[in-house]
Formats: sequence, C-alpha cells, structure tokens
Amino acid sequence: MYKKRMAGVKVPHRKNTAAMAPERIPLPEQVVIPMSMHIGAPAKPLVNVGDEVKVGQIIAEEGGFVSAPIHASVAGKVTKIDTVLTSSGRYMPAITVKTSPEQPVDENIKPIQVTNKEDFLKAVNDSGVVGLGGAGFPTRVKLTVKTKVDYVLVNGAECEPYITSDTRTMLDKADLVMEGIEFLKRYLQPQNVVIGIEDNKPDCIELYKKRCSKLTDVDCVALPSLYPQGGEKVLIHNITGRVVPAGKLPIDVGCVVINCTTLAAIANYVKTGMPLIEKTVTVDGSAVANPKNVIAPIGTLMKDVFEYCGGFKEEPGKVLYGGPMMGIAVPDLEQPIMKNTNAIIALNKKDGKVPEPTNCIHCGRCTAVCPLHITPFAIERAFKTEDDEALVKLEVMNCMECGCCSFSCPAKRPLVQVNKLAKMRVKAYQTRLEAEKKAAAEAAGNGEVKQ
Amino acid sequence: MDKFNVSVSPHIKSNVTTQRIMIDVLIGLAPVTVAAIVLFGVRALAIICVCLACSVLCEFVSQKIMKRTVTVSDCSAAVTGLLLALSLPANAPLWQAAIGCVFAIVVVKQLFGGLGQNFANPAVTARVMMLISFSNSLAVATNTVFFDSVTSATPLAMINDPNNGAVPDYLQLFLGNHAGTIGETCSLALLIGGIYLLVRKVITWHEPVVFIGTVMLLSIAFGRDPLTEVLTGGVLIAAFFMATDYVTTPAQTYGRMLFGFGCGLITVIIRVYGNYPEGVSFAILLMNILTPYIDNWTKKKVIGGAAK
Repeated sequence: MYKKRMAGVKVPHRKNTAAMAPERIPLPEQVVIPMSMHIGAPAKPLVNVGDEVKVGQIIAEEGGFVSAPIHASVAGKVTKIDTVLTSSGRYMPAITVKTSPEQPVDENIKPIQVTNKEDFLKAVNDSGVVGLGGAGFPTRVKLTVKTKVDYVLVNGAECEPYITSDTRTMLDKADLVMEGIEFLKRYLQPQNVVIGIEDNKPDCIELYKKRCSKLTDVDCVALPSLYPQGGEKVLIHNITGRVVPAGKLPIDVGCVVINCTTLAAIANYVKTGMPLIEKTVTVDGSAVANPKNVIAPIGTLMKDVFEYCGGFKEEPGKVLYGGPMMGIAVPDLEQPIMKNTNAIIALNKKDGKVPEPTNCIHCGRCTAVCPLHITPFAIERAFKTEDDEALVKLEVMNCMECGCCSFSCPAKRPLVQVNKLAKMRVKAYQTRLEAEKKAAAEAAGNGEVKQ
Repeated sequence: MDKFNVSVSPHIKSNVTTQRIMIDVLIGLAPVTVAAIVLFGVRALAIICVCLACSVLCEFVSQKIMKRTVTVSDCSAAVTGLLLALSLPANAPLWQAAIGCVFAIVVVKQLFGGLGQNFANPAVTARVMMLISFSNSLAVATNTVFFDSVTSATPLAMINDPNNGAVPDYLQLFLGNHAGTIGETCSLALLIGGIYLLVRKVITWHEPVVFIGTVMLLSIAFGRDPLTEVLTGGVLIAAFFMATDYVTTPAQTYGRMLFGFGCGLITVIIRVYGNYPEGVSFAILLMNILTPYIDNWTKKKVIGGAAK
C-alpha cells in the first residue's frame, strides 16, 4: 500500500449493528419511488395511474445517458405519479405504489446470459444499479470505459460512523461480491484488483484475505480507520498513490472504484435477473429503540422502517439519510428508502442539536485535517467578502464535502456549508466570465463584419 | 409530525471546543503560575489576581457596551490576563498592571472585533506598551524572595555587561531562582506546561522547537552560550505560550516553522545589538504583523489542484 496517506479525522465508529444479520421488514402498505435516485437525468415513468405492476417490473426508463432505469419494488397498483419534495430540497416526480396482498413476480425475470462486454454493460444498465456507497452515480456510465484500466478498487472502507450495511453485504454475500469482481476482471481487463477494507472490520478482512489468497490478481488490503478512507479520491490515493486532478474522474488516472454492495447487486442481477429493488439499510442512532440492519423494498417510507425497529426510545431531534459525516438531514419521516440509502439514523434531541458557532480562532485544524489540503478558514473569509477571485485561487471546487473541517472545528463553524455555497458562487462567477468573454468575442466579430 | 432539525452535514462534531482549548492553556500555565508565587511571593499572587480579574471584567464590560454576545466563558480573556501577569516583574505597580489589561482586552482585542479578529497578541502588545510607557518600573527586574536584595539585573543584562554581576549557574536558571519577570524564570515549570499542551495537541511542535532551536544556533554563531540564552529571558514562555497563539500566528505547518524562525532571529538580534537586554516581546509582535503574509506564502498545495 502507498506509504503517504491523506489526512483525515478519527471519528467515533459506533458500528453497533455490525454483528446483526439484516432482517426483512414486513411489506409496507405503500412505497414511494422517486424518479431521481441517481446522479444525472431523472428516469421517465413508463406506467400510468391505475396500472397494476409486478415485483421487478420496469416502471421508469433512463432519462438520458447519465441515468438509470427504475423497477417496481413491490407488486400492486400505481396510485399516484406526482412530485414530492426530496431530501435534496428539490421537487422530483415519484411513483406511489399501493401494495397488493399477492406479490407476483414479473415473468420477464430470469437469469441473464452474459457473454461479452456489451451484454455485461446492458445487464448493468438493466439492473438499475447505481453507486450504492451513497453517491448514486449510474454504474453503467462508470463502467463504460474506453481507456486502459490499471486498477479496479473495490470499496469496502465504510468509514462513516454507525453504518454497517456494506459490512453485512461483504460478510453475507461474499460469493456475489467475488462474482462481481470476476465480471470486472473479465470485461474491464484491469491489471490489479484491490479490495480496500478499514481495519475496524477484522472479520471482513480475514474473509476476503482468505478468498483472495486463491486468486493471483486480486488483493485485499486493510486500510487504517481514518475518515474519509472510503472517499473515492482518498481510496485511490491511499492504495495506488495516484492523485485524481480536480474536475477529472478516477478513470483519467486509470482507476475504477466500485462499492462492494454495488458489485453484489450486479452479480445478483446476472444470477437471478432480479433488478435492484431492495436495500440493506442500517437503522441506528441515539433515538432508535432497537438499532438493527433491515432489508427494505426501495420506496419504503422511513416511518415504516423505524416502526419495525421498535420506534423511538427518545424524541428524535434530527433524522438522516446516510451517516452522520455526509448524511442528509430530512424534515420528516415521509421520506422513502432510495437506491443509494445505506443507513437511516435518528439522533436524539441532544445529539441532533446544531451547535452555535463562535468566532474563528485561526487554529488551522480545518486545513490540517483536510485530505486535499484545502484551507476552509481562508475560504470562509473570502466568501464573506464575496471575493470570487480568491475563492478560485483557494481551489474550493476541489472540496469533496467530506466534513472533516466542520467536524474538527473548535468554534463549531459550518465550514462545509460555506464551502458548498462558495462552490455555487464560483460556478456562477465562471459562467459570468464565460458569458462576458463570449459577448466580447461576438462584439469583436460584429465589428469585423461591419468593416 | 414534528419537524426535525435540518442542517448541512456533518452532524457530529469533535469534542474540542474553543473553551476546552483555553482551559488547556490555563492548565498549561498552572505550573509556572505556582512557581511564580513560590519564587516571587505575595506580590506575584497580587499581580496575577489583578490581571485575571481586570481582563475578564474588561471583556465583559466592553462586550456589553459594544452589544456583542458576552463570551467571557470561553476563558480567552483569562488566558490573556494570566499571560500578561506572568510577563511583568514582581514590583510592577498594580495600577499599571490593570492599565495593561485594559489595553490588551479593549484596545488590542475587542476594538479589532473580539476573539479571532485581533492581528497582534493582546498580552504581548500590552507588555510592549507597558515596557515603553512605564519603563521605570518595568525595566527593573525583581529578585526572587530567596535573595537579600530586592532588585538586580537579569541574567541577560549580566551577559551584556559583566559589571551587572555573575550569571547564575544552569541549575539556578533552570529552577528560576534569578531576577526576571514572574513567569519567565522557572524553565522547569514552563517545560512541564509546554509538554502538557503538546500532549493535549493544543499546540504543535513546530513553533516552539524552531523558535528555541533558532535562538540556540544563532547564539552559538554570535559566540554566546546557547543554553543560558534559552533558559533566561522570555524565550521559553514565548515559545510555548505566545508563539503558539492561534489567532496571531500562521495556521499551517511551514508557516508555523517560518514564524518560529523569525521570532528566534529577531530575539537574538535584539539581544546582541539592541538597547533592550530582551527582545522576545518585540520579536513576537513583529512576527504577528507578518502572519497574514506568511500564511499566504506558505499555503499548502491543494492535492489534485491546479499546478502552481
């Protein structure tokens, strides 16, 4: 492994549910399936209100190149196709399906024949799989690579506190993960395949070291438990020593990073023909009565999942999609489990309190812990003075919003929030500059014509 | 259904707070405070009490008047007060100490915007102001209670002019039994406090080590005894407690090292060539002014960022 590692923070592990095999929750009354559970264009609905759908039936097709199809997670009747307010703060179309007592499976579902790369990519697309580590980038797009792949990195870091759904996938579905790796070896032809697992999961490391010992070209490495070890850029750097330049993709440095659960989902689709319709989700947090791992159909509302886990032992103050470092806070429990949901966390009033920020004391912790050496305290100053040029120079666009700076700030300043806003400013600034340039060029062009 | 708190990630924070850091600095200063009271007696205790009370009161009153949130509980004013007290000689009049505190808190800190906004270290600036304004009482160093005479020259003045007397031996210098300000003489207590701050990760090694190292190397270059130079005067208290003040020193590794080097360089130059026997306060103050520039010069390269 590469010697020089990126900086990070030691976050509490709180992997309370690591030893709990996931339990399947009872069928919810209805599911709400958003059309945008991935990065890119929202999917286009293929069904109408009143239609009967079967388990695994395609209900929305991809809405562009960077997009993914969506399948019915339960059998039942489409009762609504309307817009819902999603956790991203945007309104998105969503299909509501009322579950029927019978759960017939779509008759088109049968094992997939994969004989070449085209078949494989089509299978990846049809499975509806997106980056299940949380980002939700359509996997078909990620795997459509034209250049040589040096490394395939299987991401089993799971560096966020609480979350153990990847841990469970790695332990319970090791065969599927290894099959997924075989597919990538066959169709991407990488020189190396490396499985990276944080060293707070010794049983996973042991299992995969054993499995890899029989294979010549697959390695399993134990990574130190230092958040954000599972961040794409961090993982690439810490395993291969390569640096992904700003605005570039891992493939530009010859790497493909794929989450272990994503691999298992692809392998499962090829094996059974069942697309991605359910997720293993960690339910934890100080307000949850019985934290556990559950398997829930996509579209199950949070309230149904929490109810299965015994409800709340304390009144929740904050509820999150994903882990506490990068998770998204939701306003209520009417939010569906999505493809890229790997945990839902309910914090009690005390833990969910937003601390009052005090003055910056220039201690430099934010930049000392930044994996990419960004200087959040300087960005905050430049942002306050609306200094766009300084923001560009400080390279705020590189920020991956991992949260190390805000986590370690003794003044509890919302540095990630400022970085996000600063990125928007820079984007607007650059668009403005380009428009001005274009206008100037046009003006110059017109001048020539007149002469 | 209740609405939940919605905020941008991350949703957990480390338990390090500004208050915790300031309390750690106070704990780090505790050994030398005790040493000061043991070495310099009741006078030292009186100065420490006046400075602490006056600083905290000034912070409270000025924030009330300026209609700011009162942040006395973050203990930063107490740190300033204690640092200023420790950099005064035992015979300094109490009213002068009080004026120093008003200057430190009101003028240097609050008028520039309060905690985090001041460009110079309040305690150091106040001490420099007092050194210039009250030179009669401040320039005379008081002996510890273990001497017969009340005042004498500091070891640094002895080095510069042998007529002032003989420099004490290393053990006396290390334990602090010699003339000086109440908080600078006991090297042992300062080292204990400094190590505490390093262990608690409140400070990094860069500033103290480079500062002290520079003083030692340059002292050798000027033909002076490096160990005596470090054990006398304000080098240790400045290296561990003043050059590591977050607000007024660079925030990144290389900047901190450059800052430490600059402090050491200016200290030695003033000691060798200056009118004052001691130059640590001036060194810190001058380097404070350079801090924003040092921050700019020593910015780390963003990983994966544009080539510079």
